[in-house]
Amino acid sequence: MSQYKVQPGPEAFLSPSAASMGIVLPDPGEAHIEGTIVPEEEAFEEAARKFLAAKVPTIFPGPLVLWHWNENAAKQATAIRKLANAIPARLIPMADYRPKYPKIDPEVEINPNHPNLTIWHNKIDVCIFVGVHCHQANLALKIIRGGTNCYTMAMCAQAGHEDACLSFRDASVEKIERLTAAVLKLKSEGVESQAEEFTQIKLNRQGRIA
Amino acid sequence: MSKDKIKICEDLADIMPPEYQDLVEDATYGDQDRGWKDVGSSKELIEQHSLCAGCPESIAFRYVLASLPAPEDTVFVGSTGCTSLVFPHVAVQNIHSLFGNQNAIASGLHRALKVRFPDKVKDVVVLAGDGATVDIGLDMTLQSWFRQEKFTTICFDNELYANTGGQESGLMQKGFVSKMAPVGKLFDKVRLAEIARESGCHYVACLTVSKPNRVEKALKNAILVAREFGPTFIQLYTPCILEIGKQSMEGLDEMKDAESIGGRFVYKEYATDDVKKFLKEKDEEAKARKKEKKSAKA
Repeated sequence: MSQYKVQPGPEAFLSPSAASMGIVLPDPGEAHIEGTIVPEEEAFEEAARKFLAAKVPTIFPGPLVLWHWNENAAKQATAIRKLANAIPARLIPMADYRPKYPKIDPEVEINPNHPNLTIWHNKIDVCIFVGVHCHQANLALKIIRGGTNCYTMAMCAQAGHEDACLSFRDASVEKIERLTAAVLKLKSEGVESQAEEFTQIKLNRQGRIA
Repeated sequence: MSKDKIKICEDLADIMPPEYQDLVEDATYGDQDRGWKDVGSSKELIEQHSLCAGCPESIAFRYVLASLPAPEDTVFVGSTGCTSLVFPHVAVQNIHSLFGNQNAIASGLHRALKVRFPDKVKDVVVLAGDGATVDIGLDMTLQSWFRQEKFTTICFDNELYANTGGQESGLMQKGFVSKMAPVGKLFDKVRLAEIARESGCHYVACLTVSKPNRVEKALKNAILVAREFGPTFIQLYTPCILEIGKQSMEGLDEMKDAESIGGRFVYKEYATDDVKKFLKEKDEEAKARKKEKKSAKA
């Protein structure tokens, strides 16, 4: 069994891919925490604890849930908004994967080619990727682990991400709701959110409205 | 992708940066009469690009993207070169192929799309530089024309390998001296438009991008003909201002010179008789639509 742990960085300019260090992906019904395979239920609780303990918990919804590809995408978007409200967490979109020039506005968006800019700018300490295509999520997760001290989580629609500190697999509306339920359960048990006060940035075609 | 899929999920719409909201509200998806005149007044499918200031290729990109009859159902296949620096910024599906095999990739892609979406019209458009089309990829380019693959090939012809420092290409003019070809080209510019015609392309156009109307017409013709008949080809002169020693603002003049009488890029168009008849019908349909729109406005 691998001794390597997928922990927050900064690990190295070129952090090793977790797979090359012996980390394997969970089977259905399981998840991984820092590379250790655990039952999914345990990961839901751990993810909820991480979110509540964070100063700047953030959700990064990707193109698969931001764009209305089908009804399921819309339902996932609704579930993500509920999760953000429950924590409470910032929502910062990854609307597409273009390397943006001359620069992105790191306060309102994240880009897989330089995700560290958004993490640094907002001082994000815990984040979760939802609805990001696997290749781009892997790229972003490695860059974040390499250059920041952010705890990364992934709600993956496929087999999970070994490069995240915590990863679920087979993401669905139900799983996002289970994560929300885990947050609410901890809160009902007296665990308080440590999140700094913030106002969710809202935008329309003219720019920021909040 | 279908145009009704280009929507944002309602629950997350208010966190989307304005450029994406503009894309949904103000892009010209779904309008078959879209064209270069939408540039500047509608949301364009390319905004920022990573080409040099004043690069004619960036102008060509704008006109090409603005003139696609159905961008939501179009997939571009690109290849190595300056064009590949732009595709990541474009709001149209695209695939980057290996240097030279773009027409082979496009052949497979077109067939796959036909199986996957039998009831839909999906356009495949190859867009590559002269190095990929004529030198390294000539085999794949010609073979796809011989096989009568139904897609459009566009060659952005800047007459050399621009982004690797100016090496000689098959489309370089005879005698031209560039930084990495100091002896000067010893043989004639390959007559690709004529080769395309003889290789089975049903519609061929060779022009510069100095006149947006012409670019729009040629592109629309090429795509409509490719849907019905078979391969089509457009060669666009997009000079590399850096490699030919021009200033940023001199690209347009260079193209105008090249298309003047006796120049290398005097406008030429080849089409079979069936295609000419087909295009005439399409023109009439487009005119009727415009008339209808005008009268509806009035």
